[in-house]
Amino acid sequence: MKITDRFSKGEFVVTAEVGPPKGFHVDELVAEAREYLSDIAAVNVTDNQSSVMRLSSLGFCKALKDAGLNPIFQLTCRDRNRMALESDLLAAALFGIDNVLCLTGDHTKLGDHPGAKPVFDLDSVSLLHTVCELEKGRDLGGNELVGEPPVFAKGAVVSPCSDSVDAQLAKMERKVMAGAEFFQTQAVFDPERFISFMEKAKQFNVPVQVGVIIPKNVGMVRYMSQNVAGIVVPDSVIDELRADKEKTKAGITGVEIAARIIRECRPYCQGVHIMALGWEARVPEILRLAGI
Amino acid sequence: MLVTKLKDKDTVRSLIAGKAFIINCHGCKEVGFPEKEADEFQKELAAEGKVTGVLTMDYICNPDNIALNLGLRKNEIDEADCVLVFSCGVGVQTVSSQLEDKRVYAACDTYAVPGGQGVTPLEFDCRQCGECYLNLTGGICPLTACSKGLVNGQCGGAKDGKCEVDPDMECGWERIQRRLAMVGRLDALRSPVQIRDYNNEVKAE
Repeated sequence: MKITDRFSKGEFVVTAEVGPPKGFHVDELVAEAREYLSDIAAVNVTDNQSSVMRLSSLGFCKALKDAGLNPIFQLTCRDRNRMALESDLLAAALFGIDNVLCLTGDHTKLGDHPGAKPVFDLDSVSLLHTVCELEKGRDLGGNELVGEPPVFAKGAVVSPCSDSVDAQLAKMERKVMAGAEFFQTQAVFDPERFISFMEKAKQFNVPVQVGVIIPKNVGMVRYMSQNVAGIVVPDSVIDELRADKEKTKAGITGVEIAARIIRECRPYCQGVHIMALGWEARVPEILRLAGI
Repeated sequence: MLVTKLKDKDTVRSLIAGKAFIINCHGCKEVGFPEKEADEFQKELAAEGKVTGVLTMDYICNPDNIALNLGLRKNEIDEADCVLVFSCGVGVQTVSSQLEDKRVYAACDTYAVPGGQGVTPLEFDCRQCGECYLNLTGGICPLTACSKGLVNGQCGGAKDGKCEVDPDMECGWERIQRRLAMVGRLDALRSPVQIRDYNNEVKAE
């Protein structure tokens, strides 16, 4: 089901994310997704996330689809030229996968194949444009597709807490012009920053899902704040994680923080995208605490 | 070896809001420059009253040399709303870096030809892509200043203004954004979707 249909109905749309394994044995991951993520609108499947080679996003999307979940096909421009991207989009349509999240992708140098050729023939903007072209029944070479063209809900990402927020807004506008119908954001730990971003982003009139990562411990959030682009963790969050070590270890603090971020951001956006990073089992609890 | 070819004349005309100061590089021996066509086009522009002055020299990519010459022609440059450079991509980027608050535009596309490269300083790089982007990016090349060579804006990988690949490298698109703001051309960020034509990389003729 196209996730855009949910936004049109005015729902507060909840999605989560799973990363395919480095291997092809998916039964456990699929079972876990079925148990904890069946009630939400859709589940993103990452595409060689952080430039680490894994089972393909498309392959795992198909496995989730077969298990009755609604996958969002994450598609990056790092590993494929325009022809491979187009043919994977057609394969997604064949499998009935109709949500696609278009990303540029991390550079190959950051991952576990640093010697690989970084492709970047297209980027997030031109990939969105490409999806629109396929929907019109033609490919990027201008050639006609055979039969009914595919239809996708076209998503994109934006970093609301980036230190270069003007460049992010400019890029967001370009993505909207190129056909983006919904946005998922980089993880937000500071609702105030997100809210002031949304003041500027609402002019584009597209649904935005606030990105939430469950903070597991002090080391994790410190690392992200210092090293991950677009992530800023306020000291108050670090203090909270440090205050009660047992509670944090049990994951309760992280769940509470995630739920609070969702509650505070909810009036300003159209949904939430939870990146559980292995804590998928905590997603139902977070949503309950957030009042969703 | 590389060759430069004039961009479409109307495209170049559309960049000149009032008057342009023109710089020609008859540069290194390795570059094929369309001298005759450029001269004809510049005469047309002059006849239309769009030219404040013309500077023709060798090696505009030599920073000291071009700085000296730009200084000598300051009045004509001030009088113009933009500087139109007829050279390879390195030359345009060198002029652009010297005139930070001026709109500096490329009048040519630069194509690669197999064989030795032109003589260029190390500071700027021209990929000889055959579809010069400098007019959309404030004179900073997105192919060489961005580690991913992105042509539609910043990715999400910059942290504290630095590239995700190299903490010593400034994000090319943040530089572009700042530069466009300085010359009042932020509208260029709303350009139509750019898709590279790799056919130009091998089509030097």
